Amino acid sequence: MSVLDSPRDSRGDHMTYEISHLRALESEAIHVIREVAAELERGVLLFSGGKDSAVLLHLARKAFHPGGLPFAVMHVDTGHNFPEVIEYRDRMVAEVGAQLIVASVQDSIDQGRVVEEKGPRASRNRLQSVTLLDALEEHGFKAAFGGARRDEERARAKERIMSFRDDFGQWDPKAQRPELWNLYNGFIKPGEHVRVFPLSNWTELDVWQYINEEGIELPSIYFAHDRDVFRRDGMLYATSEFVELLPDEETFSESVRFRTVGDMSCTGAVTSRAATLDEVVAEIAATRITERGETRADDRISEAAMEDRKKEGYF
Amino acid sequence: MAAGAATNGRPIAAPPSELVRFATAGSVDDGKSTLIGRLLFDTKSIFEDQLASVERASGQRGDGYMNLALLTDGLRAEREQGITIDVAYRYFHTPRRKFIIADTPGHEQYTRNMVTGASTADLALVLVDARKGVLEQSRRHAFIASLLRIPHLVVCVNKMDLVEYDQSVFDRITAEFSGWLAKLDIHDVTFIPISALHGDNVVDRSEEMPWYEGTSLLYHLEHVHVASDRNLRDPRFPVQWVVRPMSDEHHDYRGYAGEVASGVFRTGDEVVVLPSGRTSRIASIDTFEGELDEAYPPLSVTLHLEDDIDVSRGDMICRPENRPTEAREIDAMVCWMSERPLSPSARYRIKHTTRTALAKVDEVRYRIDVNSLHRDKEANGLELNEVGRLRLRLSSPLFVDEYRRNRATGSFILIDESTNDTVGAGMVL
Repeated sequence: MSVLDSPRDSRGDHMTYEISHLRALESEAIHVIREVAAELERGVLLFSGGKDSAVLLHLARKAFHPGGLPFAVMHVDTGHNFPEVIEYRDRMVAEVGAQLIVASVQDSIDQGRVVEEKGPRASRNRLQSVTLLDALEEHGFKAAFGGARRDEERARAKERIMSFRDDFGQWDPKAQRPELWNLYNGFIKPGEHVRVFPLSNWTELDVWQYINEEGIELPSIYFAHDRDVFRRDGMLYATSEFVELLPDEETFSESVRFRTVGDMSCTGAVTSRAATLDEVVAEIAATRITERGETRADDRISEAAMEDRKKEGYF
Repeated sequence: MAAGAATNGRPIAAPPSELVRFATAGSVDDGKSTLIGRLLFDTKSIFEDQLASVERASGQRGDGYMNLALLTDGLRAEREQGITIDVAYRYFHTPRRKFIIADTPGHEQYTRNMVTGASTADLALVLVDARKGVLEQSRRHAFIASLLRIPHLVVCVNKMDLVEYDQSVFDRITAEFSGWLAKLDIHDVTFIPISALHGDNVVDRSEEMPWYEGTSLLYHLEHVHVASDRNLRDPRFPVQWVVRPMSDEHHDYRGYAGEVASGVFRTGDEVVVLPSGRTSRIASIDTFEGELDEAYPPLSVTLHLEDDIDVSRGDMICRPENRPTEAREIDAMVCWMSERPLSPSARYRIKHTTRTALAKVDEVRYRIDVNSLHRDKEANGLELNEVGRLRLRLSSPLFVDEYRRNRATGSFILIDESTNDTVGAGMVL
């Protein structure tokens, strides 16, 4: 019997009506997704192919079942993705029967909207904000669902579930709308939009436990596999055409898995032999380092790296 | 998968059974951040890189000690100014429960943040500095907890180490605070003498205070009974979304999606839809996984009715013999959350459950002084952080219950029509 479903199975016990914490989080997220779909005209679900967006897509399916998604799915494609993730993205979106929009950072570069960083440490991470905001404007999206969680990062810990963005796509942490009970204020003016984070109250462990309980499929890179990697700043990165090695860096093979999914250029791997969901959950439960601290170079720039990027319109 | 089976029986990886939300309130110096840091640290919820980052930042600021407040103060302005600006959400779990902390700043000007954090809380945790006793601020926090009807209050008398763990200090504060609480409508209050800095009575019972016979704070948080705080008596289902797949497979399907606000719905139940008053029966309670026999708060489900009647978003499904009040006028306590004051005769949008209408302020009955509970009947408006009783007239009926009976159908927000800001938090009387 599934742990998650045990409250539903204990129907003989009419006095308690207990609900597990994962079911409570699921219900909250579905409530948020339905509320936003009902109140804001054009929504879009931002899907990176990472575990959080996989959970988000799963919850969106649940929210409107047996109907289909009342919004499209959009991937901001840096062009530096893991091929396994792109394959997974296309398969999942087809399975759900949703419309896929790909907003391309390469297009933004070609059109001169952004200038690509150069050198061995170049990353397209920050460029995504421009591509994202341009795509939201082009399609007239008023609400963009994202899989960000408050436990990921300190600036995110302060952000609302429904987070207002002004005409410039900016987040102003000091002027956030109060968010009371489960009553969300979806009123905005032309040009403005909201970012919506239904997984705000989930932790990394919650996400993994939920994936395990629900049997949600993930890209293969989340599980241990042998890969050519190199070491930089204490982290392991996948060797790929998108990264130039520094003179003292060399490639070697290692059994690794990824804890987060971002660009190949800025997403670190962890040494692991966890090849199944159960084994990954056990590893996550025992880990002493946060997922962003362990695997994301983009957050290492400064104490306020995420806050600064979010103000610019980042996810 | 059985609980813990995947992890060789390590209990931490088994999903905790219950979600508990609590709000903390305290002033700058009474050790709230230290207490939260202690709870997170002792439950192994702080990660090594987070600690390293706090250590680095403490050093840069010249704090001279590990400033655990830096764990929770996430914004640049907060770290620069050494203050907490906004509600921060923190998470930790024990084998029994998962906790969400809404950490709210204690300054007077941030009452709106505490109201925000308190609105979803099962429990409020108020800190009192043992050396300073019950301050105006402590009383205000307790008032807000009672106003928002948080079912459980825990008063931690902190810094007991600085008063030699003296029982008489604790007893005096307990007696004084109890006098104030008697004026409020709070039924479950627990006083715990602690030292957040040294960990006394936080996770484990303290050996320094053998005279204290109660439990540690964490034990209390793990065992306080919150499941029974939900309203399971009055079935209320605000319709969020009409599911109409129009696919070949589900061609004629119409379902009403929403979150059960209160009460229990069962397949076969006779229901009435408001405002139309049409009745039907529940044919099935549908979810992605299949049908349920019954649904209860806070499950998100889809109700499928036997009859094809007109139902849309904002409608309320309930039982014919147990209906909410169909209100065109409401009396409510409102906490004002905007720099733009509430003015009498002003018009606002009001959002209640999944229904939005317009509201006009007919009368400001009184403003309540949150420090003395004095009612100022001469007041004719509300400023930021003020609380008052209003009479509102509505453009179309809302289906309300008294907030004291039903938090989900007794609460509403007011939205400024010109700025679209959320300006008021309301509780139906």
